[in-house]
Amino acid sequence: MARPSTYQPANGVSRWLDARLPIPRVMYDQFITFPTPRNLNYWWTFGGILTFMLVSQIATGVVLAMHYVPTAEGAFDSVEHIMRDVNWGWLLRYTHEVGASMFFLAAYIHTFRGLYYGSYKAPREVLWILGVLILLLMIATAFMGYSLVWGQMSFWAVTVITNLFSSLDAVIPGLGTRLVQWIWGGFAVGGPTLTRLYSLHYLFPFVIAGVVVLHIWALHLPGNNNPTGIDVKSARDTVPFHPYYTIKDGFALVLFALLFAGFVFYGPNYLGHPDNYIPANPLQTPQHIVPEWYFLPFYAILRAIPNKLFGVAALMGAVVVLFFVPWLDTSRVRSTSYRPIYKWFFWAFVITCVVLGYLGSQPPEGIYLVLGRFFTAYYFLFFLLVMPVVGLIEKPLALPGSITEPVLGPEPAPAASSEPAPLRREREAVL
Amino acid sequence: MTKAPSPALALALGLLLALAVHASPGVAADESKAAAEQSIQEEPSIPSQSWSFTGAFGSFDNAQLQRGYQVYKEVCSNCHSMRLLSYRNLGESGGPQFPSDAVDALAGQVQVTDGPNDKGEMYQRPGRPSDRFRSPFPNPEAARAANNGALPPDLSVIAKARPGGPDYIYALLTGYRQTPPGFELAPGMHYNIAFPGHQIAMPPALSDGIVSYTDGTKPTLDNYARDVSAYLMWAAEPKLEERHQLGARVMSFLLVFAVIMFLAKREIWARLHSDAAPTA
Repeated sequence: MARPSTYQPANGVSRWLDARLPIPRVMYDQFITFPTPRNLNYWWTFGGILTFMLVSQIATGVVLAMHYVPTAEGAFDSVEHIMRDVNWGWLLRYTHEVGASMFFLAAYIHTFRGLYYGSYKAPREVLWILGVLILLLMIATAFMGYSLVWGQMSFWAVTVITNLFSSLDAVIPGLGTRLVQWIWGGFAVGGPTLTRLYSLHYLFPFVIAGVVVLHIWALHLPGNNNPTGIDVKSARDTVPFHPYYTIKDGFALVLFALLFAGFVFYGPNYLGHPDNYIPANPLQTPQHIVPEWYFLPFYAILRAIPNKLFGVAALMGAVVVLFFVPWLDTSRVRSTSYRPIYKWFFWAFVITCVVLGYLGSQPPEGIYLVLGRFFTAYYFLFFLLVMPVVGLIEKPLALPGSITEPVLGPEPAPAASSEPAPLRREREAVL
Repeated sequence: MTKAPSPALALALGLLLALAVHASPGVAADESKAAAEQSIQEEPSIPSQSWSFTGAFGSFDNAQLQRGYQVYKEVCSNCHSMRLLSYRNLGESGGPQFPSDAVDALAGQVQVTDGPNDKGEMYQRPGRPSDRFRSPFPNPEAARAANNGALPPDLSVIAKARPGGPDYIYALLTGYRQTPPGFELAPGMHYNIAFPGHQIAMPPALSDGIVSYTDGTKPTLDNYARDVSAYLMWAAEPKLEERHQLGARVMSFLLVFAVIMFLAKREIWARLHSDAAPTA
């Protein structure tokens, strides 16, 4: 946020550095004194938790990569070698495996929080778009990481997902087939496929880290949204990030670590599928091919559509539609707490995602297919119909005069305008 | 806002309607045949057993693992490989923990192909603790040829590769029954209540008395099945004890840490309730 820097170099060395590469000044201004709305609830702690998860995944992943063998013959056994013979290998591998689930759990909560409180609305559209981009990269990274185990479910998940590209044959005959063979590096999923998945699985987390930096940059220009959705109006509305939010995020992170450790130490395979402990066998298809839990809603959407090309389009669309949320939502207020009609649609959407997750784990037949289609329809209607229409017809509840008002009473001189002033801030920005 | 609940209501009604359509007898009749066919394919419910290694503080029973290894060695290993295990694992802590001379002796009982030697020839030598468990067949084709076309799966991680894990293995080993009248069994197959589809190629391998226990445990089918299931769980998850022990320490640390963080958070945020402007 644009404001004068209060950083004072403490000694000669930091003075010297400050005139050449002022990293300490940036860190001080952005992570110590950064003015943060005082009313952020615990749903806002997941940004810090996600940063921790990214670091945890990269740290464990880099060490795992020292012991992993990316060949069709050696992959499965090398994972077992890590589990059995590498010092603390079981801990690294289970932390990485469960970590993927925890990463998605936190990312989904973070996304729903942004959706509920309208954190995508002006002036935070780019912040939101970068977040959706991170989610897309996470989906790709997790899928590729899962394939590296080279168990039955890994192998057949790769087969199913890469085959989705063959649906492009319906657009230009031969295009899809050529594309899939190019991805495979052959005429079937095999060793060449595994090595390229491995290479990209190592690359993508660092791309994510880069986009995370942009995400935080885009956050620090307008500053945090908050549960009321109204803008910060005076210094009374904010507290310095440190110590108020370092300690609050820290407490939430420890609680999250308890859940994480609970899974790692007492149920590391609870979220996984037993079939992935069977080495990959191209000649034997598992009875049910199911992805990890965090992909189940998307899997349900894919299978709800009877046409392959449109199924793939819906699968992609389910994430891509998020990019357009800032412009699909026509509401004048940000926070759903002040939106009496939209509120119901929002929670119906949350339930829809959970139910789609359940349906994705069931065979696509009978009632599961019927319900899958029903909830898939609502998933898209929520974005394409509910968001634009409800925003226009709904009369929002009265907003408080300021962030502080509900707690400390009205401001001495309340600001009248609730219109954000992004342009002025951009001009003043010095980050 | 009286209009507010309508979308949620519509959603709930839609759900109920969909369920009602599914539950109506006409639809059910159409599907009854398919359901009957499917019930054979469905995985039978596996009763859970009590194991020493379940629960947050669970650990393996060394004597049980040693008996389980004996059952594996004398019965299962005639057809099933355990290619991810080495004889040295039998002496490691958190496992059967055979004494080191016993591990040497167990490894020495098998002949291992090694080489090539300085003449370029492969040769046989007695096994060492660092050797992998000897597989009963040189390749999967040989295993199929000797087993009526069926491939006995490798047992290294079998306890994690089947839903139900050790419960399933126990249920399977004790699940052989007379083929019920009317059930069509393919030639060479056996009827088993725990196996999905109830037709299994593996013949009933265990029966009372076929393995002689030396520690006074009753030599019954039930004990064999229980012991070998526990042994296979250890083989699949050899660091389970270490994991539970470290877990208890990590969880205790995090619980104390959480309390400290909560108190610190409350202390710091209490500064905001005073009238003074917030400071760092």
